[in-house]
Amino acid sequence: MFKIVDHEQFADNLFLFKIEAPRLAKKAKAGQFVILRAFENGERIPLTIADYDREKGTIDIIFQTVGKTTKKLGLLKTGDEILDLVGPLGEPTEIENFGTSVVVGGGVGIAPIYPIARSLKEAGNKVISIIGARTKDIVFWVDKLKAVSDEVLIATDDGSLGTKGFVTDLLRGKMDSEQIDRVWAIGPMIMMRAVAEVTRPEKIKTIVSLNPIMVDGTGMCGACRVLVGDETKFACVDGPEFDAHLVDFNLAMRRACYYKEEEQTAQTSGCNNNGGGCQCQ
Amino acid sequence: MSIKAPRNPMPSQDAIERKTNFKEVALGYDKETAINEAKRCLQCKKPMCMQGCPVEVDIPDFIGAIAEENFEQAAKIIKNKNNLPAVCGRVCPQESQCEQKCILGIKGEPVAIGRLERFIADWEAAEEGKETIQTSCNNKKVAVIGAGPSGLTCAGDLAKLGYDVTVFEALHTPGGVLMYGIPEFRLPKTVVKREIDYIRDLGVKIETNSVMGKIGTVDELMNEEGFSAVYIATGAGLPHFMNIPGENLNGVYSANEFLTRTNLMAAYNFPNFDTPIKVGEKVAVIGAGNVAMDSARTALRLGAKESIIVYRRSKNEIPARLEELEHAEEEGVQLFLLTSPISINGDENGQVKSMTCLKYELGEPDSSGRCRPIAIEGSEFEMEIDTVIMAIGQGPNPLVANSTPGLDLTKRGNIIADEETGLTSKDGVFAGGDIVTGAATVILAMGAGKKAARAIHDYLENK
Repeated sequence: MFKIVDHEQFADNLFLFKIEAPRLAKKAKAGQFVILRAFENGERIPLTIADYDREKGTIDIIFQTVGKTTKKLGLLKTGDEILDLVGPLGEPTEIENFGTSVVVGGGVGIAPIYPIARSLKEAGNKVISIIGARTKDIVFWVDKLKAVSDEVLIATDDGSLGTKGFVTDLLRGKMDSEQIDRVWAIGPMIMMRAVAEVTRPEKIKTIVSLNPIMVDGTGMCGACRVLVGDETKFACVDGPEFDAHLVDFNLAMRRACYYKEEEQTAQTSGCNNNGGGCQCQ
Repeated sequence: MSIKAPRNPMPSQDAIERKTNFKEVALGYDKETAINEAKRCLQCKKPMCMQGCPVEVDIPDFIGAIAEENFEQAAKIIKNKNNLPAVCGRVCPQESQCEQKCILGIKGEPVAIGRLERFIADWEAAEEGKETIQTSCNNKKVAVIGAGPSGLTCAGDLAKLGYDVTVFEALHTPGGVLMYGIPEFRLPKTVVKREIDYIRDLGVKIETNSVMGKIGTVDELMNEEGFSAVYIATGAGLPHFMNIPGENLNGVYSANEFLTRTNLMAAYNFPNFDTPIKVGEKVAVIGAGNVAMDSARTALRLGAKESIIVYRRSKNEIPARLEELEHAEEEGVQLFLLTSPISINGDENGQVKSMTCLKYELGEPDSSGRCRPIAIEGSEFEMEIDTVIMAIGQGPNPLVANSTPGLDLTKRGNIIADEETGLTSKDGVFAGGDIVTGAATVILAMGAGKKAARAIHDYLENK
């Protein structure tokens, strides 16, 4: 059992859990994820590690309540326990001093870009964080990001915070004004694809973190197959980060929606693709 | 008892009935039948059957005890060597192990050793207040990676020898393929849990949710956590695909995923359990091993109207156990032999709608000794289906090997280990089961675990 030592609710459907998992916290690195199973009859769901504290032995996860599992998860509070938590899974982010690095986080994807930004900063990069969301209520961790970034830019769809528009607008603006050496984009699939299209003509190496449907997360089931440059990869062990210019996003989006009907049967709405978001509704 | 007395048949659920449920197919002997069957045993002075048992069960002794109605004694004899008898009695391919060597089999039918083993294991489980084995602890720590049949066997044997054993398991439940792979209707999960409880009763600690290679390494276990030896039994968990067009369409599963969703996550009980599975109306299972049979039979139980095994060789070459093939056919699984897909085709939504297949004929035997399938030119045809399950084998999962410097591997990524001892190229590190041999059987993996336990004991005694 894994104890929730702190929880925070950023918005109606947006939660943070700080979970006691000392072994996991000791090993976790930027870019990696966990799989949790909160209840006896529950699903195993992948969630990116948003932060870790090696000394206190905790990890942070941030999730949006979209399907049955995340909705049930959202009812847990500080002091409650998560039944199963396994990780750190996947390959860590490749971190070195690339020069000027831009990390783009959309929606709940703001969470996983934080440890990447921090690691990049520690490695000597100039770090520009660009975050975006539908509206200001669901923007979080701005201060945390400011502490590890040279610059933080915000876009909201409705203009309630930062620039009105999309993260891609801000990214394009930055690309016009300075030399960008590498870009990360994490968020809804549509956003990641859009970022890939912005950086493609300029040939700026861009990395996305995919969050497909998974069961075990250790390479055993193959549910998380993605096509990257004509090669089938397992996101759980080969990824979750891949070269955005090589990812077949259309295939990834279709695969993310495979259990849409079943999700509805489970008396919930939307696709249970936490964190990534296939936006198939 | 005459030698000619026929073998007692196994009572089983009716085929029409059972294909609609996940309850166990084979029902097990009752006392009377078991005693009758046990009396068929000739009690050979030089029992050949024991040579066919990878875990060295004293077969004539336990059968003799059954014949004398001393079930308690029979249980003791089995458990002295076999930590998972209720599992073995159900899923061991006895026909190619102990029973193949039975002298009665020359002119008639061999003693039903597997069924008797199952009978005793189930009898013991039903008895109240069974005595627990007392083990002493010598305070030497051994780590086992993987709580499948090989790891559990090794752990149980080492605990019996007095070692302080911890098993690290990646999934949330121990059991490995016994839990995620073999279906409920062939091996009820309550049976597996019961036998794992027995291993725990021996003093073995099992740490679930622990993916070695990620949360820790073999070197850390040995250098920082005080383990004197490590047994790697991580199995063959990496699903193979055919690398044909269309394999990433929605509706194409690896057998691993299909079975893991159904067994480990109980998707057959969706939405009472949260994990979904989709089966469609017409399912094609590619391959014809035991995993393929399990997948095809599971598909029927999940509601598929048609479940088809697509295999590129003929019936003679089918690698599944005969019993599994028979059960599958009885339940209505169809065989499309000498056939293999060259592409999977999807509709506009990216959902599987058909497979393009080629017909094959058999040529000369290949390196595996089986006749090589040769594609017949111009034999292309389309098969309408909505789900494809790839059951063409599994490779070794690289997570542990890649994080363990000094461990020699084969080209395919299997760990190189001595067949008799499990000793690897790294001092104090042993390996066995599917991670060494490639995908094989539960009992061979258990045999490797047993040998490794003995070798680890020798190693630590002489250290």
